Amino acid sequence: MPHAISDMEADVPSSPPESTSQNHDVELPAAPEATAATTNKVALEDIFNDEVSDSDLLTSTADIPSSPPTAKDNHRGQDVASARSGQAESYSDPSVMLQYYTRLFPFRPLFLWLNASPSPSPRFANREFAFTLSNDAYLRYQSYPSHDLLRRDILRLNPSRFEIGPEYSTNPRDRKTLRKASTFRPLSKEMVFDIDLTDYDDIRTCCVKANICEKCWKFATMTIKVLDAALREDFGFEHILWVYSGRRGVHAWISDKEARELDDDKRKALVGYFEVLRGGVQGGKRVNVRRPLHPHIRRSMDILRPYFTQILVEQEPFLSQSGQDRLLQLLPDKDLNDALRKKWSSSPDRPSKKKWDDIDELAKTGVSKNLDTKALLEAKQDALLEYTYPRIDVEVGKKRIHLLKSPFVVHPGTGRVCVPITCGGDMKRADLFDPLTVPTVTELLREIDSFGQKNEEEQGTSQEDSNRHENSNQKKVLDWEKTRLKPYYELFNGYVNKLVKSQTTSLKRERDEDGHNGADAMEF
Amino acid sequence: MIRSGIRPEIKKKRIDHKKTQFAKATFQEHDYQHRLSLYDFPPTAEISLEEFETWAIDRLRVLAELESCSFRNRSPQETAVHMEPLLKKYMPLSNNSAAVGAHIDQRLKEERKKDHYSHWILRLAFCRTEDLRRRFSRIETTLFRMRFQQDDGKEKRAFIDSLNLHWETVSEEEKTELSEHLLAATSSLKRVDDENFFKVDWTSIPDLIEHRSVFVRKGKAYVPTQQQTSLIITQFTQNLDKALELSARALPRIDEDDRLSPILEHLSKNFATPDAGFHDADSSLPGAPINAANVDNLSQHFPLCMKNLHTTLRKNDHLKHFGRLQYTLFLKGIGLSLDDCLVFWRQAFKKIDDDKFNKEYRYNVRHVYGDVGGDANRRGRGYSPYSCQKILTEHPPGTNEAHGCPYRHFNIDNLTSMLQATGVHDREVLRGVKEDVEKKRYHIACNRVFEWAHKVEIKRVKDDNIWGPAELDTIVHPNTYFKRSYLLKNLNSVPKQDVKMEDS
Repeated sequence: MPHAISDMEADVPSSPPESTSQNHDVELPAAPEATAATTNKVALEDIFNDEVSDSDLLTSTADIPSSPPTAKDNHRGQDVASARSGQAESYSDPSVMLQYYTRLFPFRPLFLWLNASPSPSPRFANREFAFTLSNDAYLRYQSYPSHDLLRRDILRLNPSRFEIGPEYSTNPRDRKTLRKASTFRPLSKEMVFDIDLTDYDDIRTCCVKANICEKCWKFATMTIKVLDAALREDFGFEHILWVYSGRRGVHAWISDKEARELDDDKRKALVGYFEVLRGGVQGGKRVNVRRPLHPHIRRSMDILRPYFTQILVEQEPFLSQSGQDRLLQLLPDKDLNDALRKKWSSSPDRPSKKKWDDIDELAKTGVSKNLDTKALLEAKQDALLEYTYPRIDVEVGKKRIHLLKSPFVVHPGTGRVCVPITCGGDMKRADLFDPLTVPTVTELLREIDSFGQKNEEEQGTSQEDSNRHENSNQKKVLDWEKTRLKPYYELFNGYVNKLVKSQTTSLKRERDEDGHNGADAMEF
Repeated sequence: MIRSGIRPEIKKKRIDHKKTQFAKATFQEHDYQHRLSLYDFPPTAEISLEEFETWAIDRLRVLAELESCSFRNRSPQETAVHMEPLLKKYMPLSNNSAAVGAHIDQRLKEERKKDHYSHWILRLAFCRTEDLRRRFSRIETTLFRMRFQQDDGKEKRAFIDSLNLHWETVSEEEKTELSEHLLAATSSLKRVDDENFFKVDWTSIPDLIEHRSVFVRKGKAYVPTQQQTSLIITQFTQNLDKALELSARALPRIDEDDRLSPILEHLSKNFATPDAGFHDADSSLPGAPINAANVDNLSQHFPLCMKNLHTTLRKNDHLKHFGRLQYTLFLKGIGLSLDDCLVFWRQAFKKIDDDKFNKEYRYNVRHVYGDVGGDANRRGRGYSPYSCQKILTEHPPGTNEAHGCPYRHFNIDNLTSMLQATGVHDREVLRGVKEDVEKKRYHIACNRVFEWAHKVEIKRVKDDNIWGPAELDTIVHPNTYFKRSYLLKNLNSVPKQDVKMEDS
């Protein structure tokens, strides 16, 4: 792909000195490959042989150590704490990423997913891929006719992460050769939603910025439940995949044909349907839903109510003075507010749950003479929504051209794999998902190694040679099966198979219906 | 493949090419049965070149005024009142009932013919660029909506029936079964019994979905008859957008006609300017010390939206994406050079190291200035600074975001305290602002504050007759605010002739 370099659009202000050559010529992959090769030359050759003979990654079973020897020794020699600090650097280590792409990344399922059919089509071939290289250069408008070629190029470029864009009207690589720039436009893309826990910073007290913990992950779980229910019941989508973004967020990918073909206006409308919180913190009360409550809001509230109590206990949103003021700002009755303020000022450490209950209790005692109970109830409902309802990063969902990080990519900051959380409306899985236990890339590579060792130890006791010979005839254990990635793979594969199946049957039905029309068109 | 959805019958029409290839062109006669039209069929009769031009100009007048109404944030009712005399003068379009015995007489036909032809002429003029197409379709839709809502009930129904829209009616059983949901979801509906519902794909009524004003189940939206307007207007816009794109493709053939192309060129040019509201040439403030170090000082002349961005930036040492965009464009508009702007942002982001700044922020600033990016971006020297219209309507700020218009996006208490923080203490002004904001006249509120803050200077320029009314017109652009404020506060130091350049 000689024009790959000309496609580099981002400027590279501060590339490390050893990789400056990457900006000028086609030796782009040279740097990472060379470093990997010196450390583990034999292994790499094996891998590439393997790739030529058998293009499907999932069958790669080469029995070789996957992490470079030096790195491996390091980890073993250290105790857990220092090993972790060692890992932090190695997440972005090109050789680790190369190992990961070679042995674990599910290219074929990814292809099937984006293509929604086993036979190659423009849905995949005209699809934009964008790579972030290890020197932070950003490479846009890449496209590949098949997963083999995507895999080959990813091994060549060894990106630290990559993103998926829309299917364009022509091949993105040819976009500059078109006579008219306007003929290059996005056709279809999965409908996506992006949720980022930083959007909850004004109400989560446990963590800020990029950090997350079990407590604030609840916000993500709530979001998944509310959106999933509405997307299925209201809009009739079926193929919804929820993916962990590797650090503090969640992505939803909707692959139904109808969802993929939505234009930007309709995406905007769909995102707007889920925009209940409006305006910034400065705007005051952010939730003002219409009464009677729209069925979607009512259902969401039913889902969110139990979580709200948990949030009150775990996040203590009204504990601080500012948190308490914010709550009072949401309530309509001045007299009641004064009474509450008085009551709370005597016990500054009163927990949020109690404060929330105080509202009703004081209201009952009649501190306010002309209390509008209906308005109070509605204000409480609005407050519940303000503290629990999903906050979506709206811009990502509105436009087809937006890129979103691919599932199974490794998050460069945390080393965690962007694994699928759930699909098919299975909310139990969403409940059980814990982002902090998601395997990191270095852990996975070690798991492959230790699996190999375990086997060797088992066999190694007697008749080493003959046993190994027999073993090779048995069903091979695939690399991903040796790791904790296995359940996530199976989840993804199951999801993709279902999608492909539904697409092919619906295609057939369409063809049958159009049968006589097709014949008509032929006759001229 | 684009789904035609509501109007499949057009698609199904099959043409036997063998038969039609050499056939003589036969055109459908337009009898203009209805006042309104989706303008599906092109005009086919002959008209004179003069009619061609005057009809188009008349329609253009109406559209331009309609657009300026939307810039001034007029409500639909105010717009309708404002437009009535203009429409009567340039584009009268009467109901059937206006004619004797509701019979479509010659006068009605003439009116409708003019409406029909002028629409098609302007299509030709405004299909050239994406930008023009979008604006044309937006205003034509506004016009259509206004006329549709004014149409009287009976004729409206007749018009809708004539469109042959295939809408599935919701059966009585289903209605009863879902009555609770329908009642809850459909705004302004008191009883389900009196209302009929249509079932359509949700994609054909995106605006109703966006505001959650109908019930949806499994991708089907249940639209009450009273909401039909939305459906038909979506239909109108969709048709027009598609048609404009097709016209654009056919346009090169017209360019050979040297009678029409100059007229069309002229028409589209006249339409192109009012949107911008502010031009690069306007921004020059000769002799003004506009550089990175001076922004803090200059910020006293900024409108509230930019002051808010500036103080937020100083407070957090950071701004989110849309805040940076809005502010950078404004700074570009006041004449801050790219280098100075980069220095300004670099210094403002105190917590961020050079490496991160270069990687994540430098490119965007340069892009805004048109220093990098695609050919079109560079040629156009980046984007133009946002007008009030744009700030008011696009991208409302979310959590931790500081862009947008404080008059619109703050609640009244926060707005008042912010105004007080910037030195506006006058009770009269604050009360006026509150009233304006309640009536959603945000730009009036902003102008009110401006006039108060510069009342001495404004009086002086008025008394001395230095500035005419044109220079003191309502401000609808943050950069105009800055420039006028700067000039007023520096009346003594800025030479007179420069002030005069304002309107050039």
